[in-house]
Amino acid sequence: MPAKKFSISQSLIILVISLFSLSCLFPFIMVISGSLSTENDIINYGYTLWPKHITFDSYRILFLGSNRIIDAYGISILVTTAGTILSVFVTSMGAYVMARRSFKYRNILSVYVIITMLFNGGLVPWYIICVHYLNLKDSLWALILPMLANAFNMFLIRNFMHSIPEEINESAKMDGAGEFKIFYRLVMPLSLPVLATVGLFVALSYWNDWFLGLMFVDKQELQPLQLLLRTLVSNVEFLKSSSNASAMQRISAQIPSESIKMALTVVTIGPIVFLYPFVQRYFVKGLMVGAVKG
Amino acid sequence: MKNGVIRELFKNRTLLLMFLPVAVLLFLFNYLPLAGLVIAFKDFDFTKGIFGSNWMDPLFDNFDYLFSSDTAFRAVRNTILLNALFITVGLIFEVGFALLLNEIRNKYFKRVSQSLTFLPFFISWIVVGVFAYNLLDFESGAVNHFLTLIGLQPIDFYSEAGLWPIILTIAIRWKVTGYGTIIYLAALTSIDNSYYEAASIDGATRWQQIRYISLPMLRPTIIILTLLAVGRIMNADFGMFYAMVGDASLLFPTTDVIDTFVYRSLRKSGDIGMASAAGFLQSMIAFVLVIASNYAARKIDKDSAIF
Repeated sequence: MPAKKFSISQSLIILVISLFSLSCLFPFIMVISGSLSTENDIINYGYTLWPKHITFDSYRILFLGSNRIIDAYGISILVTTAGTILSVFVTSMGAYVMARRSFKYRNILSVYVIITMLFNGGLVPWYIICVHYLNLKDSLWALILPMLANAFNMFLIRNFMHSIPEEINESAKMDGAGEFKIFYRLVMPLSLPVLATVGLFVALSYWNDWFLGLMFVDKQELQPLQLLLRTLVSNVEFLKSSSNASAMQRISAQIPSESIKMALTVVTIGPIVFLYPFVQRYFVKGLMVGAVKG
Repeated sequence: MKNGVIRELFKNRTLLLMFLPVAVLLFLFNYLPLAGLVIAFKDFDFTKGIFGSNWMDPLFDNFDYLFSSDTAFRAVRNTILLNALFITVGLIFEVGFALLLNEIRNKYFKRVSQSLTFLPFFISWIVVGVFAYNLLDFESGAVNHFLTLIGLQPIDFYSEAGLWPIILTIAIRWKVTGYGTIIYLAALTSIDNSYYEAASIDGATRWQQIRYISLPMLRPTIIILTLLAVGRIMNADFGMFYAMVGDASLLFPTTDVIDTFVYRSLRKSGDIGMASAAGFLQSMIAFVLVIASNYAARKIDKDSAIF
């Protein structure tokens, strides 16, 4: 019976996909459960999908115990916001020039941008240029500037702008608008779909970035959240040196190091997981655009 | 003629000014480091900078030093072998998963599973490192708890170098399979339904339809994505290695790659000569590979090449 055979393979496929989908969710649940578990339960039973005794101690200690976590959150929010706004503005402005058909030398500019996608000087010269020549060590700009101009995003935006009819520019010019005004008032609003997608990509990479922090930031106050998470994972002891140590002791005699790591992880991925359902489709759309022509 | 160029540039001065910010940024963070590659031939002195430092004497001294190092050789070998493993397994998983999803008729199920599998792409490798630790830690890891529960010996994953190529492959698949599937799925949904209708009228089974319609239609996408990945085979994903392995030097025999090796030489041991020589070779080989793979991609499909 072909019909029956078909349904067996259908259910097999559904089973495989379900298993893989659940395995993608599984670690997230484990981390949340770990952050709500008591330290004893983690030591005795390991990480489980559901906490045996629910406690919020680790979150209380986390926020009470260290200004560094609040600081790091502030740094990450600041860097993500400033970086995203600047990046979208600067790259779309550059893309507009590359898309401007009446500009004779636009292709030279495109080549200038493409070259950066192909050739890479590597870590050592890049690091020395940033530290030695641009003085980026231990500055907030070090977390923003190196990622600001992105060639791939510029081409994504340029290709979208190609679909906007050039006559718009001509008629606006007749009305006396300059190039910047045309870009800012006309082309930018018309490009909103692609700018939203690129903006989300950029925001995600700023929020998730720790590489720039690892390279350039030694000062503790400037550490972004992701880097702090790494510091905490390798060494939970620094919490004890906090000025609120006595208040932490009152909550729990010993610092619940394992569940605190989990709590900070939850705090770090919280905004992403929360926003994910709303922004997911823009990412998919952006990928499709990129796939059609990168 | 020359006047014409100047007039054209002057006429478009606003446009040029608008391009200036990206031009400067790309110059500082991409072009200057490219010029800075000469550092591999310099006896680098922080006070004199890259371009002011003295040339190495003999010129290739940094490279001699590099070639005499077993660690450097190991890093090159690991980079190529691991990347080859990641590319192969990735291809099978992404195409396979796209084909499976494409068979699903229930729209709701399809959408939910796509959302769930895409989710790990959105978190950083640092967080994935924490997840891995939850699973693999010797004392409280879920895997070892499971092993002891069914009466097996627990495994000390963080000292078993041999297991890490597999662990890293699983981690990558977990993180980016959903993401990688999107492009293949887009290619699959764009296939004209009449091919499948004609095939089923001729009595082709679903399996035959995949074998003789879906896969051949995916071929250009598969070839191009693979070629572009091969072009980057000398570049390891530093974020993953640093977050998953970190300073666990017991694991280095199988997990130390060029990028982590260069990072350590630069930031930990301060051996800039060695780091820059290794980086120079990596950049040069990557340059040739990128050009070659792009040329090949262009031959197959003009629109898929980067340039």
